[in-house]
Amino acid sequence: MHQPETQPRASIFYDYKIHPFARPPEMAGKVETVPVVVVGAGPIGMLTAIELARFGVKSILLESELQVSHGSRAIVLTRRSMEILQHAGVAGPFLKKGLQWSQGRSYFRGREVYRMVMPHDEDDRFLPGLNIQQQYIEEYLVDAVNATGMVDFRWGSKVVGLTQRADHAVLRVDTPDGEYDLPAQWVVAADGGRSAIRRMLDLRMEGRSYPGNFVIADIKCDIGLPTERLCHFDPAWNPGNNVLVHRQPEGIWRVDFRLPDGETAEDALEPTLLARRIDSVLDMIGQKKPWTLDWATVYSANTLTLPDFRAGRVLFTGDAAHLLPIFGVRGANTGFQDCDDLAWKLAFVMRGLAPEKLLESYSQERVQAAREICAEGGKSTRFMTPPTPGFRLMRDAVLSFSLSETFANDLMHWRTSRPHDYSQSALNSFRNEDAAFVGGVACGAPMRNVKLGPDDYLMDRLSPGFQFILFADSDLTSEQKTLLAAAKAASAPVNTIVVAAANAKAMQGAADLVIADSAGRVAAKYAAAPGAATLIRPDGHVCARWLKADVAKFEMALAVACAKKEAA
Amino acid sequence: MLVKKFANPQLEETYDLIAEAIDKAGPDKQALFLAKLALALANMVGDPREVTRAVEAALRDL
Repeated sequence: MHQPETQPRASIFYDYKIHPFARPPEMAGKVETVPVVVVGAGPIGMLTAIELARFGVKSILLESELQVSHGSRAIVLTRRSMEILQHAGVAGPFLKKGLQWSQGRSYFRGREVYRMVMPHDEDDRFLPGLNIQQQYIEEYLVDAVNATGMVDFRWGSKVVGLTQRADHAVLRVDTPDGEYDLPAQWVVAADGGRSAIRRMLDLRMEGRSYPGNFVIADIKCDIGLPTERLCHFDPAWNPGNNVLVHRQPEGIWRVDFRLPDGETAEDALEPTLLARRIDSVLDMIGQKKPWTLDWATVYSANTLTLPDFRAGRVLFTGDAAHLLPIFGVRGANTGFQDCDDLAWKLAFVMRGLAPEKLLESYSQERVQAAREICAEGGKSTRFMTPPTPGFRLMRDAVLSFSLSETFANDLMHWRTSRPHDYSQSALNSFRNEDAAFVGGVACGAPMRNVKLGPDDYLMDRLSPGFQFILFADSDLTSEQKTLLAAAKAASAPVNTIVVAAANAKAMQGAADLVIADSAGRVAAKYAAAPGAATLIRPDGHVCARWLKADVAKFEMALAVACAKKEAA
Repeated sequence: MLVKKFANPQLEETYDLIAEAIDKAGPDKQALFLAKLALALANMVGDPREVTRAVEAALRDL
């Protein structure tokens, strides 16, 4: 019998709430196959359920615990994650609680040797990073899941078995009241890095694990430093290793340092030793002040991914699908992109708007993304935790040079998680027409935000579904009107957007959204002259664009993007 | 100050290449390998003044 912890976890800043287990109908003998079961109510599982609901698909969400995450865990959300949360309709409380930031400094032998300001465009609503504890991330997503009214949230429900059938899977669920079977057409495995489902299916990840353990400790301390990424290489108190410091809401600070080789997690978390090291970190950053520990853990770095995110009726997402390095904040931020890619495709398949084949593109796009991250994140990881004497010597050489020379400094770049470009996606079409544009937002790339006015951005105005943006001059041609009508009549949900160079008022009502673009800012960002159009997938990636669009092209591109046809 | 001639991808590729070569040379021979590498690169540069500048830069902050 599954017995989750029923007492709230201890924390000095966060009040844990217990969500009681409730007996599901299956335990009263009512067994019918449900459409989608999401396993794991971490950030990725919950966002998947929220996005499915936004596309009109109900789900059951299973969580083995009765409360949110133990510890602050994934504390940095990237701009892309905030955009994803925004179009899932849940960004508000994150902005209110989180601390936004855009730069980092690296120190060596007490001197600042590298500073990086992450790119920020005036058209971006969100800064490159936002720090927030995972407890809040999960709390806000729990609220959002419950607000959908379409998710059956089952706390205290642990998956202990899985049987694959041709057109469904049967989950065996253990609860404080005993076990039951739950048949589902689709299972989304969002059950984290130690995924029980991955183990049950005996799936192996590809890639490598890095030696070296790191401690993460969260302390409450009155530190007078701004919200930045602070990195100290090779400090006197921890020779050869490095220390990262991040500010979090509620006066909490994340201290993260590499352990001397050979030291175990148990040794490192021994309270006296841990306290001495935290004091050393505070001394090092010139902030020797009293502090209280909230939570500490040990991690190591991996660049591992499943080679296929689909196994029968199971779709893997987030850490269940891949284990990526913390450097460059790759975990939750990659997971959000996974479920953003998955949710609309699964919803379209469930609603009969697309064939099952559409799900293949999920695996193709996201496995490709995970492999790119493994390659790119591997570089940062080899710098932060050199796997061999050769890499350690090279790292030391770069640090030594950094005190008097700058030519090698970019090797200290931490390569922050960024949105992936699905330029090779099978859902893209009209590649020749795509190539005919000079600049703009190409096929496969995530759409770009545009500031339309004070506190008003293009992405604020989008509704769930495809976005079809048509660029117009001072009025709509009859051909363009026909095109907008065809887009509206499509079986898949398509939001029609007209970007008008002039006379926008007269066009109101001709599309779901008419944007006055007299300064040409949207047109410039998309390199689009009047007559051009771009089709954007529900996850915000461009899948086709034309210098001149027509109904036949639009319908073909939409069919390709829904995997109903193959691109010519 | 030494001029940065590599674009970042080349810099990263070279970093990995030399790190892996040091490991291939092994702990007993890594100094010998690095001395040979420095000599070979100096010969490729072909300008003793440039090599002197590199030596001076590399000697700082050891």
